[in-house]
Amino acid sequence: MARVGVLALQGDFAEHLQVLKDLEVEGVEVRLPQDLEKVDALIIPGGESTTICRLMDLYHVGEPLKARVHAGMPVWGTCAGMIVLAGALTEDRPKPLGLVNIVVTRNAFGRQTDSFEEDLHIPALGDEPFRAVFIRAPSIRRVGEGVEVMASLPNGTPVAARQGHILVTAFHPELTNDTRLHAYFLQWLNKG
Amino acid sequence: MLTGTWRTKAGLAQMLKGGVIMDVVNAEQAKIAEEAGACAVMALERVPADIRASGGVARMSDPQRIREIMAAVTIPVMAKCRIGHFVEAQILQALGVDYIDESEVLTPADEENHVWKHDFTVPFVCGCRDLGEALRRIAEGAAMMRTKGEAGTGDVVEAVRHMRTVQKSIRHIQSLREDELMAEAKALGAPIDLVQEVHRTGRLPVVNFAAGGIATPADAALMMQLGVDGVFVGSGIFKAGQNEKTEIKKIEVQTRIARAIVEATTHHNNPDVLARVSEGLGEPMLSVAARGLKQEELLAVRGW
Repeated sequence: MARVGVLALQGDFAEHLQVLKDLEVEGVEVRLPQDLEKVDALIIPGGESTTICRLMDLYHVGEPLKARVHAGMPVWGTCAGMIVLAGALTEDRPKPLGLVNIVVTRNAFGRQTDSFEEDLHIPALGDEPFRAVFIRAPSIRRVGEGVEVMASLPNGTPVAARQGHILVTAFHPELTNDTRLHAYFLQWLNKG
Repeated sequence: MLTGTWRTKAGLAQMLKGGVIMDVVNAEQAKIAEEAGACAVMALERVPADIRASGGVARMSDPQRIREIMAAVTIPVMAKCRIGHFVEAQILQALGVDYIDESEVLTPADEENHVWKHDFTVPFVCGCRDLGEALRRIAEGAAMMRTKGEAGTGDVVEAVRHMRTVQKSIRHIQSLREDELMAEAKALGAPIDLVQEVHRTGRLPVVNFAAGGIATPADAALMMQLGVDGVFVGSGIFKAGQNEKTEIKKIEVQTRIARAIVEATTHHNNPDVLARVSEGLGEPMLSVAARGLKQEELLAVRGW
């Protein structure tokens, strides 16, 4: 059976693991490069991107992760995870992995008092709206070649996108009971 | 678009999980903390060890100081208000801080009532010594809890006591029959609906961090293994290395300890990592045994 890793350096990795459990998929905490070898897909959770990037650098997780993704491993970043996977940021730090062809702005909507919930229309998931929770969230500022926007805010700001087997969301599906995006991501396992 | 919802408030605490929140008194320290991997900083005028030493009335920090710290870093910035001082809380919300700590480390402004935290868009964290206190704070609107410990001592014993006390109560509640929960709610001084929720889920309804006396990487890992979601470190970082001859050497010691506590929190179950990061850290903060403090010197007894 497929095993799905959740990067467990910092952030809400336990919430993602709980959703995987609810969907009867085996989830594994990933902290070190050797943990990566045991998984068939990886979720990078919400958290503080500066903290997560620093701990990835320190324990040399970035390069082996890039190699796995180039070799076809599905990967999904939520919020901080999207920052980690981005092609570039509009700020100098932290340094993202450059795996997906988007430019991302951190804390794009303001500070915590500006954090919000919004019902999104995500065509790939059907007609029923998806309640999205944005917490000090980033936004996708520019979308490059090969990237498909999956959902946008009413003002047109893209907040979910995919490029091949890489998925990024600026919000936190792991904080609601709606498991449709997790199920959508897990479909890629069978195809890979 | 909905702001200030319970999910966004409790959700930010969930994003801080597995991380270290560091007390800082100026922009320079905030940058050191961010660089070391802190997931948030607590903006203060004085760290608890200095508050303890200087006595007098401890209040909310100068807003100018808080603004400087907010401008210096991109990670969340928290700030403390006095227990029950809802106007200090209003000011902190107006400044745009990301979390308010209604804290026993400052001198209480009300000896009966805490801030009614549901009135605010900004989320609150509060301290607790036991489950009843935790559930009362959550009922008032706290979206995150922490142990009180005994701040500014560098002695982890009270944080351990508070964590174990909360967990023992949770296990006890789980062992009860449904028709015994009202009597338990009465004994705890906690709302029945939250006692029922704990009975059902076997956990606190919000994220729970360790705070108060955590001074070393091993202390942080100890609290994580006891089941907290993350760690606050107050005086343990920026009161370390006080006897170093130069400012640069002092900052080196503080940076080393800050980084080591971050790594120990992430790898709390990995003794090899813990051994490596604990090595050669330099002089820790000047500590006092919590047991040696007089009743009137204890901060943890503040809060009702």
